[in-house]
Amino acid sequence: MANTTASVIRTTERSDARRAAGIALILGLGLVFLTGFAYPEVIHNAAHDTRHSLSFPCH
Amino acid sequence: MLTRILSVGLLAGLLAGLLIAALQQVTTTPLILVAETFEKPAVASATPAPTHTHQGGEAHVHGEGWKPADGMPRLFFTAITTVATAMGVAFVLMAVMVFAGVPIDEHHALAWAVAGFVACGLAPAAGLAPVLPGSAAGDLVGRQVWWVGTAIATAIGLWAFLRADHHPLVRLGAIVLLLAPHVIGAPHPPAFESKVPAEIAAQFTALSLVVQGLLWALVGIGVGLFWPKFAPKTAA
Repeated sequence: MANTTASVIRTTERSDARRAAGIALILGLGLVFLTGFAYPEVIHNAAHDTRHSLSFPCH
Repeated sequence: MLTRILSVGLLAGLLAGLLIAALQQVTTTPLILVAETFEKPAVASATPAPTHTHQGGEAHVHGEGWKPADGMPRLFFTAITTVATAMGVAFVLMAVMVFAGVPIDEHHALAWAVAGFVACGLAPAAGLAPVLPGSAAGDLVGRQVWWVGTAIATAIGLWAFLRADHHPLVRLGAIVLLLAPHVIGAPHPPAFESKVPAEIAAQFTALSLVVQGLLWALVGIGVGLFWPKFAPKTAA
C-alpha cells in the first residue's frame, strides 16, 4: 500500500517535471528564435550585433 | 517545478548574459564596427542604405527601418538581446536535462552546456563559419534551416553516442546523424564579395565561437550553482 502511494507520488512528480520542462523548452526556444532568427526588421536590427557575435546565421 | 526552472533560468541567464555582453564590447563588437566601415559605400553622405545581393539575385536593403543609434543605444540593445538569448539557452538546457532524467548539478550542467555548444556552435560552424556584416552569404532561410537541422542532428547524435547503450547500431546511427548535415552541405554564396581584410574576418570567426562557447559555459555554471538553491521545501 505504502509502496503504491509512493510510486503514485513519484509518477505524479515525474509528469509534473516533464510538463514544466516542456513549457521551459518552448519558452527557451521561443526566446532564442526571437533573438537569433526572427525576421521583423526591428528585431533584426536590435539583435544584429548579438546574432553576429554568437555565430547565428544573419543577413 | 516550473517556478524553479524559470527562477534559475532567469538568474543564470541574466548573470551569464551580462558577462557576455561586457565581453562582446571588447571582442566582437569592435570588429563588427570596423567591418561596417568597409560595408558602407565610399561616398557616404547622399548615398542610400547599402544593398547587397543574395543568391537568387534579389538585392536587399539594410537600415531603412528603426535601428539603435551607434554608441550607448546600440550597446544597450546588444546587451538586452544577449541576456535574452542566455535566458533562452538556460531554459532549453534545464528542459533537456529534465527530459533526459539527468541530475542538475554543477558537474552535469556544465558538461551538458559544453555538449550544447558543440551542437549549436562548433558543428554548424563547420558548414557556416560565423561571418562579419558585409560578407557574401547564401540564402538566409536556407542557412537558418541548415543551422537548426545541424544543431538538432548533432544534439541527438551526441546524446545517443554518449548515453545510450553501446549497441553498434545505435552508435552507427549516431555517427550518421553527426555526419549527415555536412554530407548534405550548407548553402553557400555563388561568389565572394566581402571587402573586409581576411585577417579581421578570421579573428572575428574565432572570437564569435569563443563568445558562444563562453555563453554556454557560464549558463551551465549558473544553472548548476542556482538549481540547488531553489530546491522546493520538503512537503510537511
